[in-house]
Amino acid sequence: MSTISDNQDNQQAVTGAENGVAQSDVYAIARHYRFQWEEAQQCYVLLFPEGMIKLNGSAGEVIKRVNGRASVADIIQEVSQAFPDVPEIAADVLSMLNLAVDKAWLEKRN
Amino acid sequence: MLLAEVTYRCPLHCAFCYNPTDYDKHTQNELSTEQWINVLRDARKLGALQLGISGGEPLLRDDIEEIVEEAGRLGYYTNLITSGVGLTEKRITAFKAGGLDHIQLSMHDITEEINNFITNTRTFELKKKVAAMIKDHGYPMVLNVVIHRYNIKHVKEILEMAEALGADFVELANTQYYGWSLVNRNQLMPTKEQIDEAEVITNEFRQRVGNKMKVYFVVPDYFSERPKKCMNGWGEVFMIVTANGDVLPCHSARVLPNMVFPNVKANGLGWVWQESPAFNKYRGDDWMKEPCRSCDEKHKDLGGCRCQAFLLSGDAEAADPVCTKSPHRHLIDEAIANAQKPYLQAQPILFRNDKNSRKLIEGENRELVADFHALP
Repeated sequence: MSTISDNQDNQQAVTGAENGVAQSDVYAIARHYRFQWEEAQQCYVLLFPEGMIKLNGSAGEVIKRVNGRASVADIIQEVSQAFPDVPEIAADVLSMLNLAVDKAWLEKRN
Repeated sequence: MLLAEVTYRCPLHCAFCYNPTDYDKHTQNELSTEQWINVLRDARKLGALQLGISGGEPLLRDDIEEIVEEAGRLGYYTNLITSGVGLTEKRITAFKAGGLDHIQLSMHDITEEINNFITNTRTFELKKKVAAMIKDHGYPMVLNVVIHRYNIKHVKEILEMAEALGADFVELANTQYYGWSLVNRNQLMPTKEQIDEAEVITNEFRQRVGNKMKVYFVVPDYFSERPKKCMNGWGEVFMIVTANGDVLPCHSARVLPNMVFPNVKANGLGWVWQESPAFNKYRGDDWMKEPCRSCDEKHKDLGGCRCQAFLLSGDAEAADPVCTKSPHRHLIDEAIANAQKPYLQAQPILFRNDKNSRKLIEGENRELVADFHALP
């Protein structure tokens, strides 16, 4: 038996966030994903039917703050405070959020 | 990935079901709630993260709420795979509270006639109601539609129905031929032209709806030149625990000859996964014969599906006959040709039900399964 074939990666890349995320946007983890710390892997993961995305340390730090309440500006501020020594962290957070929206891991709540 | 086939009982009688034709043997000896909970705990310790609850129709068990709740506590991503029959407001509320992440609903056709014909039941209106209930409870709506000769001409209408229902994901799964669907292959298989047309229609639909709805089109392997990497590799990702506790590397592995499958009543899952002869039998590529052994593509598909190789060629270690390099490819081409012969098409469909299963176990209708090396 075989399982699901994937086929729409192209479409997803094309139709993600057209103009990128805005500072006032509020996002939540998309409904069919589950975000959690995975002890065995020692990293944050995003789970979805028949699959898993392992997030690296910095991606995990961004995504764990996406909660359906905090705005993009809030998240940038929080991460900047948590890692004051990292230069240009705001741009990194923004590009991480753009990637996550492009991949449809997040959905907009406002 | 753990798939729990918690029961083989089912209120539907789908002709395309991949469940074993002798499932009736396993309807009186199902695992208890406590045994399932132990399975979940053991598999989680081994690193399983994904849980599929399937069947038969899992909702025929009244302890799915408890199983879901334990899965939630253990941190599984839990997916309920259901026909929708038996899903009520009360149950879905309990599932949501217990942490069920995802529900996959099977749909059959836009027309009541074909839905009811192919499932051998009257379930069309009920499925539409259940789809709305799933959406109301904040779940993404994920529809799985098995495609066969009777509904392939309605792919456009099926996709439009899914859109009208507010589906987020639709999987158009062309029938694969195992279990009941193999017995009914001549009656179910569409033509290559029909599949190509369905794919064109699917692509047009994708263009129109964009990101709103994601459509998967599972290409049927009979019409490909290379097999699929079955189960993503034998004993690599999947562990299937069946209703009676047998542990399988693949849904239909019990058809394979000279194999003893472990059972959770006697074996710990750690041993099953790492040590058991069944899970090691086709792991990697040491078992391969020619033409697979020296094939430069062997790591792409690992020789394809062992069950399909056995069912069609009689040799479980042969290349999957789907492969054009296989000496048995003619069996696939013959099957495609046979499915267009009116006198074979006209044979009655053998619906999946307890009575037909018992008949096959008792040796009636042998001619239907003997060709497929699938005698119970």
